[in-house]
Amino acid sequence: MAEVRIEKLRKSFGAVEVLKDIDLTVEDGAFVVLVGPSGCGKSTLLRSIAGLEPVSDGIITIGGRKVNDLAPAQREIAMVFQSYALYPHMDVAANMGFGLRFAGTPKAEIAARVAEAARILQLEPLLKRRPRELSGGQRQRVAIGRAIVRKPQVFLFDEPLSNLDAALRINTRVEIAKLHKLLAATIVYVTHDQVEAMTLADKIVVMNQGRVEQQGKPLELYYRPANLFVAGFIGSPAMNFLPGKVTPGGVDLGADGALALPLPAGAVPGSAVTLGVRPEHMRIAGTADGLRIDATVELVERLGEMGYVHLRLPSGAVAIAEIRGDVGLGTGDRTSVALDPAHLHLFGADGHRIA
Amino acid sequence: MRKPASAFAVHAILGLYTLLAIFPIVLVIMNSFKAKRAIFNTPLRPPLPETFDPIGYSRVFGDSSLPFYYLNSITVTVGTIFLTLLTGAMAAWALSEYKFRWNTLLALYLSIGIMVPIRLGSVAIIQLVAEMNLINTLTALVLVYTAQNLPLAVFILSEFIAQIPRDLREAARCDGLSEYNIFLHIILPLIRPAMATVAVFTMIPVWNDLWFPLLLAPTGGKQTITLGVQQFLGQYITDWNAVLAALSTAIVPVLVLYVIFSRQLIRGLTSGAVK
Repeated sequence: MAEVRIEKLRKSFGAVEVLKDIDLTVEDGAFVVLVGPSGCGKSTLLRSIAGLEPVSDGIITIGGRKVNDLAPAQREIAMVFQSYALYPHMDVAANMGFGLRFAGTPKAEIAARVAEAARILQLEPLLKRRPRELSGGQRQRVAIGRAIVRKPQVFLFDEPLSNLDAALRINTRVEIAKLHKLLAATIVYVTHDQVEAMTLADKIVVMNQGRVEQQGKPLELYYRPANLFVAGFIGSPAMNFLPGKVTPGGVDLGADGALALPLPAGAVPGSAVTLGVRPEHMRIAGTADGLRIDATVELVERLGEMGYVHLRLPSGAVAIAEIRGDVGLGTGDRTSVALDPAHLHLFGADGHRIA
Repeated sequence: MRKPASAFAVHAILGLYTLLAIFPIVLVIMNSFKAKRAIFNTPLRPPLPETFDPIGYSRVFGDSSLPFYYLNSITVTVGTIFLTLLTGAMAAWALSEYKFRWNTLLALYLSIGIMVPIRLGSVAIIQLVAEMNLINTLTALVLVYTAQNLPLAVFILSEFIAQIPRDLREAARCDGLSEYNIFLHIILPLIRPAMATVAVFTMIPVWNDLWFPLLLAPTGGKQTITLGVQQFLGQYITDWNAVLAALSTAIVPVLVLYVIFSRQLIRGLTSGAVK
């Protein structure tokens, strides 16, 4: 296993820059998830690490070795594709051993390694089947098996769960997490699903428009998002944003009221800010000592033990608050919502976090 | 599901066309087993005990040069198929996979070959072949036929190669295969149905051609079977028994080739590769 370092990576397609100055370190044995909306460059970054996409500028090292000019095979990586990309004219065993066959590995060792991977992934009864005779989940496991067999320095996963149905996706997610522990492998994993990112990652890298917006531990990103984009992207439902102005003693939210808040030194009174608060930190009819805002219920979504209330605030903004149990609210009801002062996020006009 | 009435109409038209296409062949085979008098008196009647006469076949098989003509035809056809498929698939792979200068222009240039009949260049081809000292060789025929068939082969094969998912080639690249091995072990097995199609398209006109054998290899024991049959057609006397028997036997090798290739025409070979 090895560390992956990316320095000042740039990539352009013609005049369009799809990766802008990416700096990223994937520590040895770490599980790093690249996450972002489609078109943010996360797949391109992964393909650049794999060597399937030439880069315009910057350095990629794997295990201390600069790999910019190496072919994918020489980089000692293994990639699991979203489409699985199994060779349709070979059975499962041949699919998994295919790369080794061309690396000149002795037949006995190929067989041993394939058997080992098949045991780990419970593919033993399927070894003689063709890909078209397998279900989606089985194909996915074969694709992972093909990666394991090669004993790569780094595993690269490109949205591996996107083609599976919901139940299978959760199962496979758990299996990938177990596999990571078992193999102690360095993994770079691309997804647009932030639940996958939160549950699997040692480190999440949030990307947007070819830039790294923030990287850090999942809960770090959750509790201290560096900017409005990360705040809105991590967490579901998304964080509520309320526009306001800095006052000497706190933040003025206009029609929604004013909030006393200890402000950092940089906050100039009168400047525009955005107050962010997550649905789980908005309490319906709560009695927090922070701000209370009157609101009209627009919609109630009940998921069982918990649910979400969509609220229309006096300023006209829409906010979502989490509820526990049955609070007996319905559309059109008037209520009030309290903001938990311990969990407020304040972002400046440029979108960066102030407090 | 199609309506039964229209399905019947389609089958009726196809059946009629089949009859039309197969009639001359049946006529040739039928008459090849008849005595000369019966061929002319009752050409449409199948061979009866009193008109049956295998004299044509005994003359064809008795002729010492005819087996060589068969062999020539088979060599030329198989050689052309092999060269067309190999170079065609390689060119198609390069044109559809790699980005390089003049890629589109090159593809366009190749497709002109589909539109311009190669026979327009017969004079130039004769000069070229003569310059290369290849007159009366099978090599000349194989090269000319390969050139003739390459444009369509490249066109069909590159369409098929373009349908192979990009992920498959990239998975192979990650698996450490060289570009040649990707071509040999991934691309070729997956375009087998397309190659069979091209082989069939290539084979029939080559086998039946009289033009280029007449121009490029008319003598010296390098005649193909279509040309070899001409020896039975005299200015004053034509040995119809032998001509019909030779033409009937000439069907066999090409039929065998067709059966071999048509078995490869399995659809959906790539199913299961990607979701």
